Amino acid sequence: MENNPIISPENVVYQKPALMNDNHMHYCPGCSHGVVHKLVAEVIEEMGMADKAVGVSPVGCAVFAYNYIDIDWQEAAHGRAPAIATAIKRLWPDRLVFTYQGDGDLACIGTAESIHALNRGENITIIFINNAIYGMTGGQMAPTTLMGMKTSTCPYGRQADLHGFPLKFADIAAQLEGTCYVTRQSVHTVAAIRRAKKAIRQAFENSMNQRGSSLVEIVSTCSSGWKMTPVEANKWMEENMHPFYPLGDLKNTVADKAPQQK
Amino acid sequence: MEQQEITLMKGNEAIAHAAIRCGCDGYFGYPITPQSEILETLTKLKPWETTGMVVVQAESETASINMLYGGGGTGKRVMTSSSSPGVALMQEGFAYMAGAEIPGLIVNVQRGGPGLGTIQPSQGDYFQATRGGGNGDYEVIVLAPSSVQEMADFVDLAFELSFRWRTPAMILSDGVIGQMMEKVVLPPFKARRTDEEVISQCPWASTGRTPGRQRNVITSLELDPAVMERHNLHLQEKYAKIRASEVRYEESLTDDAEYLIVAFGSAARIAQKAISEMRREGIRVGLLRPITLWPFPAERIAQLADGVKGILSFEINAGQMVQDIRIAVEGRTPVAHYGKMGGIVPTPEEVASSLKSLLMR
Repeated sequence: MENNPIISPENVVYQKPALMNDNHMHYCPGCSHGVVHKLVAEVIEEMGMADKAVGVSPVGCAVFAYNYIDIDWQEAAHGRAPAIATAIKRLWPDRLVFTYQGDGDLACIGTAESIHALNRGENITIIFINNAIYGMTGGQMAPTTLMGMKTSTCPYGRQADLHGFPLKFADIAAQLEGTCYVTRQSVHTVAAIRRAKKAIRQAFENSMNQRGSSLVEIVSTCSSGWKMTPVEANKWMEENMHPFYPLGDLKNTVADKAPQQK
Repeated sequence: MEQQEITLMKGNEAIAHAAIRCGCDGYFGYPITPQSEILETLTKLKPWETTGMVVVQAESETASINMLYGGGGTGKRVMTSSSSPGVALMQEGFAYMAGAEIPGLIVNVQRGGPGLGTIQPSQGDYFQATRGGGNGDYEVIVLAPSSVQEMADFVDLAFELSFRWRTPAMILSDGVIGQMMEKVVLPPFKARRTDEEVISQCPWASTGRTPGRQRNVITSLELDPAVMERHNLHLQEKYAKIRASEVRYEESLTDDAEYLIVAFGSAARIAQKAISEMRREGIRVGLLRPITLWPFPAERIAQLADGVKGILSFEINAGQMVQDIRIAVEGRTPVAHYGKMGGIVPTPEEVASSLKSLLMR
């Protein structure tokens, strides 16, 4: 202590959110999940909701989200997180209830539960990680896999006649009467991380203010599934994912603003 | 003393009234014949304005059972109802609830199958209820009402059992009991537990972090084989305790019986009538009516098997419970099955003549 007197609470400029525990993360280097987990933990902490939050984790890479953020959780069957969140929030209206789901969980096997929870206007937030691939099972085609993109189940690239088209789930969600806030963010730069955090905060506040459903899509990287280095994956995402999944608010009725892109 | 209110209503309506009266916190369901009156009655009674009970029409049975998982996982008394094909769709959720040790009530008002089958009554889901269609080693507590009164009474009982053992419980009814009207005395009003009561009574529930306990994670997932085996052994120990302590059945005229009919639910009502007719003819037949299909009254059936010339399993299906009877009886006495399918409900005369032809040759 005497050799480093500047290490003291009043000098802290940055620290891990208290809600993030020290469990060793299973995510791959460069994966967006770690950053998004941190943002979720920070926002819950900053809102003072640590004792009132219940998260619902999916099946997919984020299945173990409950291992890292120190709040109460429920682990859902594949795709069913929005149904579970619906019941929790209806029965405990003063709790902050959110789901954290990947593209396969939310936009493929759980499409019905996602759309109907959003369309009922449940006062929940869905955090939607879109990395265009099934990461946990080893890199198979996802509903959001881009045209021409290679995965282990479309090894010659996604093509319309065999695989159909990538699903822009947030665009669908924005059309639903029950949603108050639909936004698409990314966490590839410091500025983008700040914007994503603001979006998560906005969504959680909507949930607590009974404004309806909020969807925060985070266009993400999967360096393992994409078979790239983290730096290459970020670059590839900007060049290929962002043009197809443009960032910005798709809908924000709370701010009473017209939908705007970018 | 509060005066008993006697009313006339359908079994399905009795379930809805009883749910509100026994402090149910939430109902999540999807319409399907022949049980839609449960959701219809609940939405008509608007319990959210009186007791605060939540009623949600879900987008599918898959969503309903997962809402049950979510609500039950927070320690609330939650229920769903459906009929055979809809309950088939829920099987995955039962396994998750059993694995994560979540209480919850499922009502199955059975119709004929397989597949879309028919909307007429059946008891073809005995296997579905007692063997389970979900994955892994798990059991569901199954109660079989044979009257509208029991439809009302079993709602609270099922919740009590489900919370006592932290495992899903089912009321396995059928289209006859669900649709028929009978006199019923509804259970007295019991207040819903407050949030504070839920938190203190269910320290395992994911209600938001609470001082004095670790944070709660409701999950059925565990990748460490040793830990997962320990969890499975714990479940099996629990199931053994349920088998030892929660068997329920009703007997009539078994003291002097030469023959025994085993029947549950609506079939037991028909069997009762068949037995009085046979008794008039001098044939001494008794009835054992399992009230819990799981745990099954195997021990009692084995005792009775020693004193009778034969046992008839009368079920409105192709012969499902008869397997459990044979396992219980272990060859001590002949065991036959009689039943009909396709939505046809047998008459007492048919039951009597089948007993004579199958067991009295």
